[in-house]
Amino acid sequence: MRTVKNARHLLGASLLVLAAWQALVSAGGFSEALFPSPLATLRGFYELIADGVLVRDIGASLGRFAVGYLSSILLAMVLGLVLGWYRGIWSYLNPIAQVLRPISPMAWLPFIVLFFGIGEMPALVIIFIAAFFPVLLATVAAVRGIEPVYLKVAQNFGIRQPAVLTKIVFPAVFPRIATGLHLALGTAWVFLVAGEMVGAQSGLGFLIIDARNNLRADLLMAAIITIGVLGLLLDSGITVVERAIGRRFGSRLA
Amino acid sequence: MSYITVRDVSRIYPKQGGTFTALNHVSLTVDRGEFLCLLGPSGCGKSTLLSILAGFDRPTSGSAQIDGKEITAPSLRCVTIFQNYGLLPWRTVEKNVELGLESLGKAPEERRETAHAYLKLVGLERFADHYPAELSGGMQQRVAIARALAVDPDVLFMDEPFAALDAITRMKLQDEISAICREQKKTIIFVTHDIDEAIVLADRIVIMTPNPGKIKAILPVDLHGRRDRTSPDFLHIRDRVFTAFALKPEDKTEYYI
Repeated sequence: MRTVKNARHLLGASLLVLAAWQALVSAGGFSEALFPSPLATLRGFYELIADGVLVRDIGASLGRFAVGYLSSILLAMVLGLVLGWYRGIWSYLNPIAQVLRPISPMAWLPFIVLFFGIGEMPALVIIFIAAFFPVLLATVAAVRGIEPVYLKVAQNFGIRQPAVLTKIVFPAVFPRIATGLHLALGTAWVFLVAGEMVGAQSGLGFLIIDARNNLRADLLMAAIITIGVLGLLLDSGITVVERAIGRRFGSRLA
Repeated sequence: MSYITVRDVSRIYPKQGGTFTALNHVSLTVDRGEFLCLLGPSGCGKSTLLSILAGFDRPTSGSAQIDGKEITAPSLRCVTIFQNYGLLPWRTVEKNVELGLESLGKAPEERRETAHAYLKLVGLERFADHYPAELSGGMQQRVAIARALAVDPDVLFMDEPFAALDAITRMKLQDEISAICREQKKTIIFVTHDIDEAIVLADRIVIMTPNPGKIKAILPVDLHGRRDRTSPDFLHIRDRVFTAFALKPEDKTEYYI
């Protein structure tokens, strides 16, 4: 029942967007090369799929995303766990994190290019930065807010460091970190495309730059839609994972 | 020489604009194998005293010893049972019971066997593979008790362990747990604010009063082997407890002397 209802909502939304889009094209009288009609975009999609460009670029983007995002959240969780535990150190690092956090990863771009060159690395580094702070701060906050009874149980049953962190603290706070992971996924995906615009030779960001340089608005629009749909799929995927985590780690206390 | 000795223990917390005296010069002895209830209203220091005995807190002055040794940290010899059970929700019932055995360095097979034996003791062997959240409050507390007994401690500290349960489950668990614990010959210090619970369970009741937290009286409970909530013995002791608490106004007089 719910899937039927969801499908109806999705279909309705798509039709609405298509109708508005077509109306804009018909009424605006823009050149096809500057603003494509839905039909031209569909043909663009077909072209991208037919010569394998779309699959290649999606693969490249997802690959980069996986490496950047996973390495970032892994480091952020480990650091967050340790820094959340040793409050003294965090008191010094917290102001630094608070200053760095609101800076858009794109602002660092000239320095990133200076340190890492152009091509593959800028995209990875930008995804890394985008995902890092939400996860780090969520982990530190979660560790500091851990239910005291878990620590008492650990102490009572003779569990020592580093086992307290791995056996007790991490699983206890993981449901709360999961929210940070979800947030970071969305942010990182937004910055993937921006990162790929700097000298990458593949990926959806590169596809966008390439389409723009060749005045192929139909391909540009196709790439934009692909990015949106993939973002939605990633988000749905992590929601499923999050629910599973909630069931597995869930409790009255968490 | 008694097993647990509390000598002139005070616990004073700093607070906004002064100090708060949670425990004021408390002295107490407990024999091996005794079931002792600390009974009193909120703020009487019963939980603070338990915390000090369990090694989670340290007295501001005075000394607390178990078996002649000063208590400085929690240990596997003395396990605490908490009101909210303290089970780890990401571990199955069986893995929760195995927690302390892991620290003792037991082999996996031996851990499993021990865990199952104690789950059987509390009547939950069929729930070994369940997660705590799938169990009722009473069952969760039984898991916590199996986990505590599994490391074969000398002392059990219980901090209002049945306070979150409904009345009927609570009474059932009181009977069941006191029978199991007596059978296992543990020394038990049990904190409660429930007068009937204290009388049903305890060999002696330590009556505590707040502002500042101190021991008002110690009542031996002799129900002649019948822990029956409706017997004349029970009602007689209940009456004495009521009398002890009704004398509260005299507290202040004593305090100013």
